[in-house]
Amino acid sequence: MQHGKYRFIVGFLALPLGLYALFVVWPFIQSIYYSFTDWTGLSPEFKMVGFDNYSRMLDDEIFWKSLQHSLLFALLLPVVTIGLALFFAFMINVGGRKRKNGPVVTGVRGSSFYKIVYFFPQVLSIAIVALMFAFAYNPDSGAINSLLRGIGLDDVQPLWLGDPDLALWAVMGVLVWSTVGFFVVLFSAGMASIPSDMYEAALLDGANRVTTFFRITLPLLWDTVQSGWVYMGILALGAESFAVVQIMTTGPGGPDYSTTVMVLYVYQKAFRDGQAAYATTIGVALLVVTLAFAAVVMRLGRRERLEY
Amino acid sequence: MKTTETPAPLPAESGAPITKTDIGPPPPGKEKKEGTVLNVFSHGVLVIWAFMVVLPLLWAVMTSFKDDRSIFSSPWSLPDSLHFDNWSRAWTQANMSDYFLNTVLVVGGSLVGTLVLGSMAAYVLARFDFPGNRFIYFLFIGGMSFPIMLALVPLFYVVNNMGLLNTIHGLILVYIAYSLPFTVFFLTAFFRTLPTSIAEAAFVDGASHSRTFFQIMLPMAKPGLISVGIFNFLGQWNQYMLPTVLNTDPDKRVLTQGLVQLAVSQGYKGDWSGLFAGLVMAMLPVLAAYIIFQRQVVQGLTAGALK
Repeated sequence: MQHGKYRFIVGFLALPLGLYALFVVWPFIQSIYYSFTDWTGLSPEFKMVGFDNYSRMLDDEIFWKSLQHSLLFALLLPVVTIGLALFFAFMINVGGRKRKNGPVVTGVRGSSFYKIVYFFPQVLSIAIVALMFAFAYNPDSGAINSLLRGIGLDDVQPLWLGDPDLALWAVMGVLVWSTVGFFVVLFSAGMASIPSDMYEAALLDGANRVTTFFRITLPLLWDTVQSGWVYMGILALGAESFAVVQIMTTGPGGPDYSTTVMVLYVYQKAFRDGQAAYATTIGVALLVVTLAFAAVVMRLGRRERLEY
Repeated sequence: MKTTETPAPLPAESGAPITKTDIGPPPPGKEKKEGTVLNVFSHGVLVIWAFMVVLPLLWAVMTSFKDDRSIFSSPWSLPDSLHFDNWSRAWTQANMSDYFLNTVLVVGGSLVGTLVLGSMAAYVLARFDFPGNRFIYFLFIGGMSFPIMLALVPLFYVVNNMGLLNTIHGLILVYIAYSLPFTVFFLTAFFRTLPTSIAEAAFVDGASHSRTFFQIMLPMAKPGLISVGIFNFLGQWNQYMLPTVLNTDPDKRVLTQGLVQLAVSQGYKGDWSGLFAGLVMAMLPVLAAYIIFQRQVVQGLTAGALK
């Protein structure tokens, strides 16, 4: 196997690695360097300014707002999404009626139908979903308020995206809507691989289904839940929140910066305000938040791995 | 509908303990009753969420067949007649056909590139021992957790200096580069599970390393390539952030970008029905493909997370 091995390795790695280094790794390194300069992005000239951008960032009220919103996205969205998804997945897989001579634990009838439907939003672009909901939220002619009118709630006509107190929640609701299905399917696959004699033993010992969920299903599913948590958090800090906030809210960033998130603020500073160096500074803060989030989830969630 | 959507977690989460206290500790005789209560309850919750998923989509489809006036006056009424002209207007006048073509070109090119380059790198990293192997592997993997937006600011100027800004092939190269981390991660794990004996036999018979790869290993890796291919196809087809930054030429817009731009400009023109037709036009092919290839799509999208 040794003959020409290194030539082959180099030949196969050169192109992918080169492309990756040029378009991914190199810009990352550059952006950390640029965060110490006063580069505008418009002209090639710039000089080093030390930590000026960082001290400016600490005094920037909008930065703090965006950080707050991003943290809320990263902490709350995974909790709600994964909580709902676990609940639905459990209902789908274990919530069924016991049939005669059937297995002790069964899924509801039509479980595959639910899994197919719930997965719909996952295959759609988040940009298209955001656009659709931007219209649905329209206070006068949108689907949601007219549905409320239709069921007699004429007094409940929120401004949704126009209300600074409500806009952020409205945006988060869209992200929950579009991601729950993915986790339902993911957790369902995990639950299906749990051997049914575990459930049988638990039921024999007198455990009801709720106990079964917390004592059997959740511990055995923990690895999947944890990686799903990190995945969802990274999405909520990055691309997904950028698309929904940029497309759905006015400004973009919402009335009175009520929905602005870090990733959007980076974009605006760099490509709207011509402050590329300051944008990379906020980007570095976003990187720190993302890595800290992943580290905390991995550490808090560490458990002994259960083999079954 | 929103009101039921946001607080949904609360009743749903607190609903479970309620059924528990209703039933109490289950003596063997009551087991059947618990099953029934739970069954009714779970069906109810599941049906509600299914409605919440489907209703917005149905609403969009319905709206795309209505005229502008009834869109505003009665959002939930059925269209009085099917206005197919909305669709033809969106396809021709609103440039949806161009956006489709651009998207097909970009995604087609980058999907092939991602699979070829990704499997080459993954194969080498999975099967060969050489100094720096681990380092390169983790360099690729690290790209999965870094916020892309941080790199996008300098990337814009890197791409610009190379003269690739606002070009289809420039976008393809960038898509490939950003799809590599997951592709390499997934395929490295996949190549490790394949048996080594066949490749060794081919090598003994005089096949070169690259021939072994293309004629033996790649066909064997087909299931893995399909999974990761579907994953990348959806990711690249639905990509919004990368083209928004790197592809600002109106003629080169991809579907997601074009639609968002359309929404902004139709706001002035007031052609909402045309916009909805465009929206549904962009949704339907992906939904149809998902329903047909349902099993493969689900496997492709969840495979990475289950590993």
